[in-house]
Amino acid sequence: MISLAGRDIMHAWGKFVFTGIGLGLLIGVTLTMAGVYRGMVDDATVLLDSSGADLWVVQKDTLGPYAESSSVPDDLWRSIRVMPGVAQAANATYLTMQVGKGDQDVRAMVVGIVAGEPGAPGWPPQLVAGRQITRGHYEAVADLAAGARLGDVLKIRRSHYTVVGLTRRMVSSNGDPMVFIPLKDAQEAQFLKDNDAILMQRRRTEANPAFNRPEVPGLLDAVIASQTGNSYVNAVLVRILPGFTSQEVAEPIRRWKRLTVYDRTQMEGILIGKLIATSARQIGMFLVILALVSAAIVAFIIYTLTMDKIREIAVLKLIGTRNRTIAWMILQQSLVLGVIGFVVGKISATFAAPLFPKYVLLVPIDSLLGFGAVLAICVLSSVVSIRMALRVDPAQAIG
Amino acid sequence: MSAKGIRIERLSKRFGEGDTAVLALKDVNMHVAPGEVVGLIGPSGSGKSTLLKCLGAVIDPTSGRMILDNTVIYDDGWKVRDLRALRRDKIGFVFQAPYLIPFLDATDNVALLPMLAGVPNEEARQRALDLLTALDVQHRAHALPAQLSGGEQQRVAIARGLVNRPPVILADEPTAPLDSQRALTVIGILNDMARRFEAAIIVVTHDEKIIPTFKRIYHIRDGVTYEEAGEGRGFT
Repeated sequence: MISLAGRDIMHAWGKFVFTGIGLGLLIGVTLTMAGVYRGMVDDATVLLDSSGADLWVVQKDTLGPYAESSSVPDDLWRSIRVMPGVAQAANATYLTMQVGKGDQDVRAMVVGIVAGEPGAPGWPPQLVAGRQITRGHYEAVADLAAGARLGDVLKIRRSHYTVVGLTRRMVSSNGDPMVFIPLKDAQEAQFLKDNDAILMQRRRTEANPAFNRPEVPGLLDAVIASQTGNSYVNAVLVRILPGFTSQEVAEPIRRWKRLTVYDRTQMEGILIGKLIATSARQIGMFLVILALVSAAIVAFIIYTLTMDKIREIAVLKLIGTRNRTIAWMILQQSLVLGVIGFVVGKISATFAAPLFPKYVLLVPIDSLLGFGAVLAICVLSSVVSIRMALRVDPAQAIG
Repeated sequence: MSAKGIRIERLSKRFGEGDTAVLALKDVNMHVAPGEVVGLIGPSGSGKSTLLKCLGAVIDPTSGRMILDNTVIYDDGWKVRDLRALRRDKIGFVFQAPYLIPFLDATDNVALLPMLAGVPNEEARQRALDLLTALDVQHRAHALPAQLSGGEQQRVAIARGLVNRPPVILADEPTAPLDSQRALTVIGILNDMARRFEAAIIVVTHDEKIIPTFKRIYHIRDGVTYEEAGEGRGFT
């Protein structure tokens, strides 16, 4: 038996190919949307991986340092360092801001790390070019996604930083490239006010009789000094000794230091479950809408193609063609349209993914699921046309 | 009484119920023997199409009997179970327009029927080619319908109607779109095929040009048929 669907497709290949391309672009958008979600999850995972920490010690009852602001004293790390099971502890600050680069600026996550301690938690684990930060001020290690090159000068707040090292795929959970600078500079940048604001604050402090007491010399200067400095960091990153579990190390810190401590699993839960949950739902909604639109397009195209063949279907039924032969012909055409659409969609998504400003991660399982969904949509979409074709009265061929 | 070919007895068809019922066919009797070509003539609304649909096993008659090639098809409400297979194997159709499948070439348009009946592809195609040769369109065997002239399309359609060697062929205005010469050629082909394949052929027509070619003609008016001898000119 010849393939009626195959012959029809070959006869009207242009219609099928162009419809398939149109559908494919829609499927490509759908696959890319799934890739955007995967990219967000991967960004979150990369952020945790790149920190090199086993535990994140943050301000009590906060979801810091990534999902909420957190502030802990910058000398806290010393007491944590001597807790049982702690191998390393290091301060870290995280600040998402616009970083100046030449005439332009780029959105980046500025990470403050303790200068001169390579390998400590928070440090970039690998560089693709240059060296780690060795000086206490005005050096930076930037991710390639920031568009920086070695020797470039970045402007953060009022200070300028020379790029001495480059990283790859060191990004925040939002996909913003990371820029590592010395901790002291980051602390300053985090709370730095403009000159007018500093002047106004000094005036207010001087006008406050509680701070400006002539009988207590040096009090006013001390208060002003405390207002201009920043002795806080966002988190203390902890690496634990082999043989200890996260819970064994975290529990004493929680109990005795009255701080919140997250291990890797909890931090992943915060980043993926809370920080990108809304975005994930948003993308999920888009996927549902795109799936419905794809289904509507396939249904409409197959319906139109079937309507064009009503007389031929009546003739086929009159001359004794089985209903299942006609149904299979329509179903095959729908599936072929879906396969063409998926191939076009997969190719377009693969080529388009690197062009997106944020990381788009196309994983094989999504492609497989997408292919299954496309076939399912095609089957469902052809139901209306099949029902219509099976209702065609063979008498229509006679008139 | 022979029931080779097709025979109908007291065939009636009623549409609707009660006061709105319309009796489209009233006790129609007809017999067409194998190898015979008869005309079925009547004005619009006379019941021609209804009769053709009943003969083609497309709609069920309300009452009466129909015997096709010695097999009872309908008998006062009873009917054979698989009408689709009956249409495929026992009845050939030739329409006013060829209604060829546009995405199949001439050979496959003809070969489709035996393929549907389970004949292997190669054998079905050979059977189709033989018929196309008999109808003198073998040189267009691989052309799509859109590439064929009106006359060639009609000959391919006739080949499709004959390919399963059905005992009955129903032709609905087969010459309507053709000029006089081609119309007579088509009727000639049908007469030739009727003789060669022992098929009973019923030609529904309005075409004045071909009416004189029938030896027997059934007139139908208001659902009632009556038979008259035709002139039978041109074909022996």
